[in-house]
Amino acid sequence: MVSVDLLINAIVAGILLGGFYAAVTVGITISFGMLDIANIAQPAFILLGSYASYIITYYVHVDPILVGVLMLPVFYVIGMAVYRLYYYSFELRGEQSIQGLAFFFGLLFVAEVSLVLIFGVDYRFVEAPYIGPSLHAGIVDLPLRMLIPCLVSLIMIALLQLYLSRSFIGRAILAVSQDGLALQLMAASPTRIKQIAFGISVATCSLAGTFLIIIQPIEPSIGRDYIGRIFAICVLGGMTSFPGMVAAALLIGIVESITATFYGPSWAPAVAFGFLLITLAVRPAGLAGR
Amino acid sequence: MIGQKPSIERGFRRLSLMVVLWLLLVAPFASAQTPNGEPITIGFSMPLTGGLAVNGTSGLLGMQIWAEDQNQKGGLLGRPVKLVYYDDQTNPALVPGIYTKLIEVDKVDLVVSAYGTNVTAPALPVIIQHNKTFMGLFAMDVNEEFRYPKYFSMLPVGPDPRAAISEGFFEIVKANKDKLGLKTIALGVDDGEATRNTADGARANIKKAGLQIVYDKTYPPTTTDYSPIIRAIQATNPDVVFFASYPPDSVGLIRAMHEIGLNTKICCGTMTGPQSTSIKTSLGPMLNGIITFDFWLPAPALRFPGVMEFLDRYQKQAAGKGVDPLGYYLAPWAYADLQVLGQAVEGAKSLDQDKIADYIRNHTFKTVIGDVEFGEKGEWRKARLMTVQFQNIAGTSVDDFRDGKGEIVIWPEQYKAGDPILPYSSIKH
Repeated sequence: MVSVDLLINAIVAGILLGGFYAAVTVGITISFGMLDIANIAQPAFILLGSYASYIITYYVHVDPILVGVLMLPVFYVIGMAVYRLYYYSFELRGEQSIQGLAFFFGLLFVAEVSLVLIFGVDYRFVEAPYIGPSLHAGIVDLPLRMLIPCLVSLIMIALLQLYLSRSFIGRAILAVSQDGLALQLMAASPTRIKQIAFGISVATCSLAGTFLIIIQPIEPSIGRDYIGRIFAICVLGGMTSFPGMVAAALLIGIVESITATFYGPSWAPAVAFGFLLITLAVRPAGLAGR
Repeated sequence: MIGQKPSIERGFRRLSLMVVLWLLLVAPFASAQTPNGEPITIGFSMPLTGGLAVNGTSGLLGMQIWAEDQNQKGGLLGRPVKLVYYDDQTNPALVPGIYTKLIEVDKVDLVVSAYGTNVTAPALPVIIQHNKTFMGLFAMDVNEEFRYPKYFSMLPVGPDPRAAISEGFFEIVKANKDKLGLKTIALGVDDGEATRNTADGARANIKKAGLQIVYDKTYPPTTTDYSPIIRAIQATNPDVVFFASYPPDSVGLIRAMHEIGLNTKICCGTMTGPQSTSIKTSLGPMLNGIITFDFWLPAPALRFPGVMEFLDRYQKQAAGKGVDPLGYYLAPWAYADLQVLGQAVEGAKSLDQDKIADYIRNHTFKTVIGDVEFGEKGEWRKARLMTVQFQNIAGTSVDDFRDGKGEIVIWPEQYKAGDPILPYSSIKH
């Protein structure tokens, strides 16, 4: 018989995990979902965010999430520079499909090797008052290490959603994801808008990386574990929709958590991806796809 | 004639002086002739990135120090020694290709394994096909199925490795069974070759200890949040919790145990990871109460000739390289691994693989981790394991763990430094 305590805690743990998954996927939803750029180097940018938090908190004793927020503009600029390089090297020549993919693969490996050369392969971690303690609300345990990244992640995504739906540039990003040519006819530069959007997608890695190093110690290759999962969540969410992506991330988190609790942790990834396949069979455009 | 005597005496004096000077200055280096000729190459893969890299890089540094030492002593068979290695990225799928390249393209003279079971087992079919002598490094019972006569294991687990690695833990369980009323046990196992082998041995020991298994599941090593696993274990209310885990998952499990407040009497079996300095310093007091295995610590009874000098040099070289700064877990064993191979080559006076294997099979080796003798399946003739408990750790600095501080040997009697603090749930973290 299923214990109610265990079920509720499994759902809560799934939501917290889903919040983190949403943070690591939001950048891919922008770059892959909206801009059609298969940025498989996203985990490398996330790890860069983790190492930025590590190195800054190592020398200056400040909160890692504050570091993640302060580093957002730096990552934004990095993202814009990477897009420029990608644009001139591939997109401009119409070679973005295979060569562009190879470019991001290369970027992933170069970033990983650079991190190995700079930091070595030892596990790195940060210290914060919320790593370790838990809140106990009745029968529910809320590890702060998972709760705080989940909350900050949802706030970040809500702000991004507001930006996309209310600001001129945000709307232009949504427009470029639908029809770049139409946007050009309205005297807006799709390249410039895509550059800003790609900058935002990489900027989210600053916070996502910080969450990652809060949740678990990191080493340079750990990002690879997330490649499949983040693309799966993006597709399940409907590619371009933030609410859809958040719903997908929470669903995957909850499915993984319930499976791990009641049927065995080894089944968790298989059940989560099985769930993805079934959903796509029933609804090929994803949860919030049009 | 009279005038010649002083000159003869002077001649003798000069000769004596030259002999004394030769003895003082030249003789000590007479045996350390500069090696010359084509280098003898030793090939291996090593996890230099990925989940096992935290220990793999430490092992590589240990091997490099051995090569330096050996070349200073005159190399092997008068030829210099050269290490040829590739990063296997902790990916077992890459290992067969690496060893094929080492043997067929690089034409290495000798081969040894990477660190760890998961990246050693896939090398064995290639090694067997090429009929090479093969030293395994911290590989758990990989020769059980192959029974390859030229395989030798640098892991002190004796002829029954699967059971031996958890033997000490279950000795502690048996010793406290009545006192603590231990009846049930939960097993959480990383879904990998080494940890599944360890869990097989643990199940045999559980049977002997007369415990009832109430949870027995594997988990993928890429798990992000371990709290559902700990909650599921807690729901079975086990008296004893046993994990067979690898470094990244050990960290996740310990953090989740701490956050949820795992309530059990004895924990945690055979966790790999808490032996590494970076993981010790990341967890600090969260480690308190955890019982696991270790192979070597700088305890007085384990300070074999040369080991502290080796560690001194290791620690100087490791500083600033992002490599385990203390190096207690793997580095001395990696050094000893090549000491055995080197002594065997010198003893056999040949690079003939059969002669080297025969020599290893029939001799005892003096190494920095003590005397080594091989028996059935190439495993150590006798097990020499330790069970440790982390106790009274207050901080998270490297100094909190230097000289084995905070890691108390509780089994076997021979190396015992203290008693276990039990039950686990009574310990403040």
